[in-house]
Amino acid sequence: MSEFWTILIGLGPKFAAHIVLAASAIGLGILVALPLAVWASRSAPVARIALGFASLVQTIPALALLALFFPILLSLRAVFGEGLPTLGFLPALLALALYALLPILRNAVTAQANLDPGVLEAADGVGMTGWQKLRLVEAPLSAPFVMAGIRTASVWTIGAATLSTTIGQPSLGDPIFAGLQTQNWVLVLAGCVASAGLALIVDGLLGLIERGLAKRSKTQWAAGLIAVALGLIGALTFQFGGKDQDRIVIAAKQFSEQYILAQLIGSRLEKAGYAVEYRDGLGSAVVHNALTSSSIDISIDYTGTIWTNQLERSDNPGREAMYQEIKAWEEREHGVRVLGRLGFENAYGFALREDRAAELGLETLEDLVAVAPRLTIGGDPEFFERPEWISVRNAYGMRFAEQRNFSPTFMYNALTSGEADVISAYTSDGRIAADRLTVLSDPLEALPSYDAMVLIAPARADDEALAAALQPLVGAISVGAMREANFAVDRDDDKLSPADAAAQLARAIGLD
Amino acid sequence: MPKRDRAKKLPRQTRVKPIAKAPKTDLQASPNGPENARALLVFNSVRRQYGAVTAVSDVSCSIAQGSFVALVGASGSGKSTLLKMVNTLETPSSGQVVFAGDDVNQQQPAQLRRRIGYVFQSIGLFPHMLVGENIAIGPRLAGQALSAARISELLELVELEPPMAARMPDALSGGQRQRVGVARALAIEPELLLMDEPFGALDPITRASLGDKVRELHDRLSLTTIMVTHDMAEALLLADRVLVMDAGEIVADATPHQLLAGEGGDIAQQLVSVPRQQAEKLAAMER
Repeated sequence: MSEFWTILIGLGPKFAAHIVLAASAIGLGILVALPLAVWASRSAPVARIALGFASLVQTIPALALLALFFPILLSLRAVFGEGLPTLGFLPALLALALYALLPILRNAVTAQANLDPGVLEAADGVGMTGWQKLRLVEAPLSAPFVMAGIRTASVWTIGAATLSTTIGQPSLGDPIFAGLQTQNWVLVLAGCVASAGLALIVDGLLGLIERGLAKRSKTQWAAGLIAVALGLIGALTFQFGGKDQDRIVIAAKQFSEQYILAQLIGSRLEKAGYAVEYRDGLGSAVVHNALTSSSIDISIDYTGTIWTNQLERSDNPGREAMYQEIKAWEEREHGVRVLGRLGFENAYGFALREDRAAELGLETLEDLVAVAPRLTIGGDPEFFERPEWISVRNAYGMRFAEQRNFSPTFMYNALTSGEADVISAYTSDGRIAADRLTVLSDPLEALPSYDAMVLIAPARADDEALAAALQPLVGAISVGAMREANFAVDRDDDKLSPADAAAQLARAIGLD
Repeated sequence: MPKRDRAKKLPRQTRVKPIAKAPKTDLQASPNGPENARALLVFNSVRRQYGAVTAVSDVSCSIAQGSFVALVGASGSGKSTLLKMVNTLETPSSGQVVFAGDDVNQQQPAQLRRRIGYVFQSIGLFPHMLVGENIAIGPRLAGQALSAARISELLELVELEPPMAARMPDALSGGQRQRVGVARALAIEPELLLMDEPFGALDPITRASLGDKVRELHDRLSLTTIMVTHDMAEALLLADRVLVMDAGEIVADATPHQLLAGEGGDIAQQLVSVPRQQAEKLAAMER
């Protein structure tokens, strides 16, 4: 339990960032929703369109809405110039503000529609101008309902803000995503407790303001307002009070290997005197874009991934040729510096238990072809649709008795329990060593290579000191060393944190 | 500022006292013909149409300064619409409403309405303001603060206790609320008082006493009052001129006396016959 408290206290900066993001989004939501609600109360078509739009936005999953702002902002660069950020705070703010719109707008419109018509007639009758009517009658009478809407929006926004981790905005989602990937439940719990606690506190304070407005008790709503303001000022000073350093931002996708390598790179850079910041848990699709736009400085990517997703190629020129072509393409197209390959692959590979492999006399995929019609293959849900499988099937003429889909975690269990004979493993996965599995070699090179490589953003491409600090990593990490580090984080008992696993990996490859 | 306030108040108070002592002459008052009083309000061929429905069709008439006019008619006869065209809560489709020499639709609505008191059936007290604040709202809109003494005075005018100024409207009975509504309308020292079914939601006892009170205030403060009602008895008892409306037109324009004497035409007489028959039946039961 003490580990939990240590983690929770260590979340301070994420907590402050989370508050600043959520408060800005709610503030922007209010700024847009209230004038819109006033306009809607005076025009039925505006009310229909505004509420329809806000409801439509609600139907988009928050995760997708956040991700959608990347291409939107990217295309807006044509208007606002290259300086427009496409990841991090801005898209998170816009997506969350859109999300906050509906409850505020709906409550404000409903409150206006339900105002006593007699009171409104009296407001006109005593000679109020439109503005006086809004200020003296409509606003104070709607205020408790508007506040209830702001309260709902706040609780939603604080929850949804955890998802902004995936687009590179630090938040309380960082420990949640990192914990989910490394199955570190204490980390997940700490993130959830912090985020839920924040939501409850804010809900309580806004509830106080709401009741104060309803009972027309100035002390009550003023007290709530002051408490909210103090919390905000605290978060702002915490976030911006420290000296502004030029930090190297290292990205990690949502799996253990990426967290470990990011930590490994980070610790080397810190030793070289750099200030370092981690963007953990980025969506795989946004990492490359974030790098080319210099929103992040360093990423670790895989040749096969770039080959398929960025170069949009489906041929397989072989491991070395593929790497050289990618390196040239990245430098030519984006100014991204490909520092080098780390030395291991995280590819798809066909794995089976060591004893089964020995019993069947299997070493290569060619050996497998003969026995495959008697065996069951297990793959992750997308595997049998991927070019890797189609390529192997066609190159070797591979036919299995049965194909089964498993989630990645259960795939390995299926192999040990005998529900599958062969699985589509990931070659750097720690469980290959731990479960005593054999990965069959691929003499026809039907499987594309997935060499891990270090990429440096255009903005840092000329930093030779940076490149020099990372150069020792190139070619230094064997697949065995990587498997061991991954397993240290993924195993159920005696787990290591990614940082500890990175330190262990550094010692293992002689870099400490 | 206080100096101007006093200067404004003094003539009104000196004016109030002798009239208050004077005997009531209301029901005997003759209709103020255009020859002996200036017309404060003139309707010139006023028409209000909602699509195919004509609410008010081609009404022309003038209201003399100081008169108490009742607009009587069945529901949907157009009497409320006609009244609301005075303070521009409704706009004529054609024709003109001239108030104190100016077309009402050529003026800033807010400015115009601050000169005209308005009392209506649903009262419309602002629920988030104290009774005192409700009464002071008209002057406040024009940028003047109403003194506590003046608020007390207005409350006393409508027979409410001054401490009531510190209450919220929801702590008041229906009759008390409408009294506050009347005080709010009087706070601006209106040139014209418009009342739209002002006592419609009140119980009969409250209704009768508040009706008498309004008539008394009309006389004391030398107001010009137009009251919309569907109750002919109320109109006959309070007004000195009764306009009967039917299907958007004025079908009778007479004094209560003339109406009781059988003038004004069929529709007016139908309306008069209701309270008359009730009175006769009650008188017969007493015998």
